[in-house]
Amino acid sequence: MSQALHLHYDVPGDDFTRAGEASGAVKRKLKQMGFNSSAIRRVAIAMYEGEINMVIHAGGGEADVEIMPEKISIVLTDHGPGIPDVELAMKEGWSTAPDHVRSLGFGAGMGLPNIKKYTDEMRIETEIGKGTKVFMVILAQ
Amino acid sequence: MDRFFHSVTLDKEKCKGCTNCIKRCPTEAIRVRNGKAVITPERCIDCSVCIRVCPYHAKKAKSDPMDIIKAYKYKIALPAPALYGQFNNLDIIDIVLTGLKRVGFDEVFEVSRGAEMVSDATRRLMAQGTLQKPVISSACPAIVRLIRVRFPDLCAHVLPLRAPMETAASLARKEAMEKTGLPSEDIGVFFITPCAAKVTDIKVPIGIEASSVDGAIAISEIYPQLVGCMNKVEEPEAISNSGIIGVSWAGIGGEAAALLNEKHLAADGIENVIKVLEDLEDERLSELDFIELNACPGGCVGGVFTVENPYVAQARIQRLRKYLPVSCNHLPGKQVPGEMKWTGELEFAPVLNLADNIEEAMKRMGMVEEITDRLPGLDCGSCGAPSCRALAEDIVLGEAKESDCIFKMREKIQVIADQLIEMEGYLPKNREPDGEENEP
Repeated sequence: MSQALHLHYDVPGDDFTRAGEASGAVKRKLKQMGFNSSAIRRVAIAMYEGEINMVIHAGGGEADVEIMPEKISIVLTDHGPGIPDVELAMKEGWSTAPDHVRSLGFGAGMGLPNIKKYTDEMRIETEIGKGTKVFMVILAQ
Repeated sequence: MDRFFHSVTLDKEKCKGCTNCIKRCPTEAIRVRNGKAVITPERCIDCSVCIRVCPYHAKKAKSDPMDIIKAYKYKIALPAPALYGQFNNLDIIDIVLTGLKRVGFDEVFEVSRGAEMVSDATRRLMAQGTLQKPVISSACPAIVRLIRVRFPDLCAHVLPLRAPMETAASLARKEAMEKTGLPSEDIGVFFITPCAAKVTDIKVPIGIEASSVDGAIAISEIYPQLVGCMNKVEEPEAISNSGIIGVSWAGIGGEAAALLNEKHLAADGIENVIKVLEDLEDERLSELDFIELNACPGGCVGGVFTVENPYVAQARIQRLRKYLPVSCNHLPGKQVPGEMKWTGELEFAPVLNLADNIEEAMKRMGMVEEITDRLPGLDCGSCGAPSCRALAEDIVLGEAKESDCIFKMREKIQVIADQLIEMEGYLPKNREPDGEENEP
């Protein structure tokens, strides 16, 4: 049984242009470790979507990544407003993103559905006014 | 041929061991060791960035000398279209081509002719819908090598066609054999190159077994002699046989525009290219059909063997192509001829990995993270590695020590100095103190 590798990132909420840095760093490291390229792509996309969500809706947060040879687990934690209706938020095309991020091509309502699509397990814990935790697992095959 | 042959090399005498090249290398292939830059051949992609940034001109590119053509009975020049942008007040391309004949070639075959055929072949393959979109151009050898070492998932997107230089060389050789009756080995085909990566690509090609080109002569090498010959040309021969599409391959966007489809992107300069490839890898560019990437700023006119500013060269080429037909070279039949295709697939080369297996690589990554946290994070390059993280990787791989960091070294010296001062206060009791301040 080999030990898991833990990575931690703070995702700043005040600078939209930096969104995607944490998922980019994780992608680079997974590549260096020789993970299967399809697993790397799924991690990069799912984590990127989650990271963007934290920046758009929750003023940033934290990303914790646990890497094991057989799977990669990601927990994104924010202290934002929470998601009132998770089922609705999971619907493709549903978005509450403000106009200024839509003009950059975000807010198409595909963030959470894409996370679902690219991960093997996904779970959301959310509390209004307290924040949201998104758990995801990607199997490395 | 040595499979790690590189055109890009180091002149040890001139190297001062500064940090310019190590910090800009896109594959972190360079370290300063014992005061001199050392290039890791497995990682080098011949992009020439180090040549451009070296203030001491210690990084250079090897190409073949003019004399190489003498070994062949029949000599053919393959000028890259970038050559046409190197001359002031040039009105017709035939003056350049006639000049090349006067320099000593029996025949001139424009690479832009091969480019038009590659464009035609690309349009056909894209229409067949068998390629993985977006398709990435394979014309720039540095880009193909970059993808091979850094973007495993994108290898399958690279256009599996031989570069215009190769298609032009095969056609030129075939025509010459028919015309002269000479065997292939008596015919020498030489690329007049703007770029170092092409020199490497001829010696150690990717996608094909062997190159059809016998040598690469740098534009900068042939330039003085060529200008002399061009000045004496009064009646240029009618040699040129390519149009706007072929000639436009010299700059940015030429190859992409030739697909006659708006869903394309063209990026130049290795750092910009990497950003595009990262986005492509994360499926953020799925609306595109074709991606043209050039390692050199400005495209091929920006190659290290050119003599003119790339933007000036680009402007001149724009003027030269003004009254040309759109394209002069088309493929016969409906299929793409087999000889234009790659014979092998582009395979990922994991030279940047920390270990061969994931368990070991994870262990090493954990150590890299720990060491990186301890290092100052200044990325100053004084240790000889491009960044603190790269030093941490080198340490884990056994190629460097933590004390190679001058800040770590200074901390150590500080500790030793403190210990010395402390020790001085504890002189052995069997001795008489000699200073008043030491008396109780």
